[in-house]
Amino acid sequence: MSSPTTAPAAPARSWAADKLFLGLSFWEYAKSLATPGNFVAGLIMAVGLPLMAYRFIFGLGAATNLSQTNPWGIWIGFDLLSGVALAAGGYTLATAVYIFGLEKYHAVVRPAVLTGFLGYLFAVLGLAADLGRPWNLPVPIVYSFGGPSVMFEIAWCVVLYLTVLFMEFLPPIFEWLGWPKARLWAVRMTIGLTVFGVMLSTLHQSSLGALFLMAPTKLHPLWYSPFIPAYFFISSIAAGLSMVIVESALSHRAFQSRADHHTDVDGIALGLARGASIVLFAYFFVKLQGIADGGRWAMLATPYGYWFLVEMIGFILLPSMLFAYGARHSRVALVRWTAAWTVLGIVVNRLNVSVIAMNWNVPDRYVPSFMEVWISITLVTLGVSTFRWIVNRMPVLNAHPEYPDSSSH
Amino acid sequence: MKLNRRTFFKVAGTAGAVALAPASKAGATSHAEALAAGRRGVLVDTTKCIGCRACEAACAEANVLAGPAMPDDAAVFAAPRKTDTAAFTVVNQRAASPARFVKQQCMHCIEPACASACLARALDKTPTGPVVYHKDRCLGCRYCMVACPFGVPKYEYDKALPYVRKCTFCAERQAKGEAPACTSVCPSGALTFGNRNELIETARERLYAKGSSYVRHIYGENEVGGTSWMYITDIPIEKLGLPTDVGSYAYSSLTQASLAAVPFVLTLWPPLLMGIYSFSKRRNEVEARGGSAREEADHV
Repeated sequence: MSSPTTAPAAPARSWAADKLFLGLSFWEYAKSLATPGNFVAGLIMAVGLPLMAYRFIFGLGAATNLSQTNPWGIWIGFDLLSGVALAAGGYTLATAVYIFGLEKYHAVVRPAVLTGFLGYLFAVLGLAADLGRPWNLPVPIVYSFGGPSVMFEIAWCVVLYLTVLFMEFLPPIFEWLGWPKARLWAVRMTIGLTVFGVMLSTLHQSSLGALFLMAPTKLHPLWYSPFIPAYFFISSIAAGLSMVIVESALSHRAFQSRADHHTDVDGIALGLARGASIVLFAYFFVKLQGIADGGRWAMLATPYGYWFLVEMIGFILLPSMLFAYGARHSRVALVRWTAAWTVLGIVVNRLNVSVIAMNWNVPDRYVPSFMEVWISITLVTLGVSTFRWIVNRMPVLNAHPEYPDSSSH
Repeated sequence: MKLNRRTFFKVAGTAGAVALAPASKAGATSHAEALAAGRRGVLVDTTKCIGCRACEAACAEANVLAGPAMPDDAAVFAAPRKTDTAAFTVVNQRAASPARFVKQQCMHCIEPACASACLARALDKTPTGPVVYHKDRCLGCRYCMVACPFGVPKYEYDKALPYVRKCTFCAERQAKGEAPACTSVCPSGALTFGNRNELIETARERLYAKGSSYVRHIYGENEVGGTSWMYITDIPIEKLGLPTDVGSYAYSSLTQASLAAVPFVLTLWPPLLMGIYSFSKRRNEVEARGGSAREEADHV
């Protein structure tokens, strides 16, 4: 707090310079943006955004390789299914810290919630590109209710959860704006929002798997199972934990000047690895039970069976063991690489269910078009850039000086 | 007999169950029967189809579609065709001698997968049979296409403002008391439009008539829980070009368990999580005071 006598001495910076330009003048700020990373991001977007416009002007047929046989491609399998699974860190960490009282992980709740919010936001944007008539999105929310539809449940949950994540992220926004009263009001909602967030996440994470229950003749029997909602829910927890490990490692390296150096990033990573190891182990056996229950053992000795085993052993059992080893022997680097590998494994699983093992028995196979891939990469780039923009301004990785305990809410 | 509380509940419960059970069961059956009695359908007798494709032309006219290309018969039957956004029905040749043709279109399931998949009720089942499309409600998520085991809904990928397109069972014509366009022009008696229950009777009569060469299976009577369009034939069912791995259950039943879990999550999670929260909060408070939660509990 500056005393009234010294205040006039410092030249008052404009609101924009203070809040938006990191305390620099506009031109200084513009110059500071000229970095190799921003150049690559700008290049991706410079191609990606016109491609997005192209898709809306000329239609899905012109931009994608979707067909009458394969109506869902990577915008569903990667942007939506993988995006939502990897954004599960928000509810996982909020539950661990606010409900279970595991204070050790407090420092990573805010980045996890922010990652969750942006993950959902860009998953929904990817969905908007995939929908034929995205402007009709309010229809099932406002007046035409498809009650018996799993998709209806997902639409409601995602709309509500996006709102919940935004409200969970209000405290750092209000700290940034300097609105202490609003901040206090937002902080008081934390527990309620966390509980509501867990309810919504349980429902829609599992329901994204339940979508595929309707395709018993189309999805390969090794992936089709009545337990698929449980697979999606359990794996979302592992995805969320792994994503937080990866994201906190990258953030504390990339934002060294911003990050709180008292945060025990290594200890947090090792603790989360222990949790992820257990969850992946359970996930492995629940998946195995699906094979036993469906009597699918013989199918393991087919090409699709080999690919299924790659997923089961390479992307579930192996990381479970590596997490356990890394956590036990405090091998932080191993834990971080394993987390990245698990994130990849979740993406592989979601693509298997929605694209690779889908319509496995018909000749018309789907391979994404160049534009589908580029637009997906553009959305990821937009998400990362937005994350950086926010972390550079708001108290996410560090406590706000005026609210020293701010990272505890 | 002494009537205590427990016995009273037993007696009351049993009496109530006896009084209610037959009534509700009878009510449910008569309601289901009334629904079934009002259901219309089409019986496709592939032994009578001559492959003239008048139904295709009538369909294109009734729905104002470009319709399938109409080259000479030999060329058009060279390879099986699929329905698409410009042709809601196609006739394919499925056996050479004797020549057997099979018409394909939306099956208008009794409990349609597409309608139970649709989040906006854009695809909706009408009580008498047609599965209709309210295009103003459609988001274009294409989940109906994923869900339909017959691959019927087709998407206008080539348009910037696309819709889902499929056979409407001529719902508007039916509402005016007319038969669907395709059945009204069929010259050979291969397509019979009528009451679904009666059509099943007709089909059985043909299947079990003396000297019948029909395969004794009505495709669509029980497939996916029953469909409005039903097929009888004298070639193996697997050769009709219709999926035989679809089961005899309604597809809406596949997601029922998952959707039934929703109320449990909504009612069980909040008390469970709030309970854990109050435990962990107390533990942290006690530990902050330098004690252990267990010791504190002993003093209370």
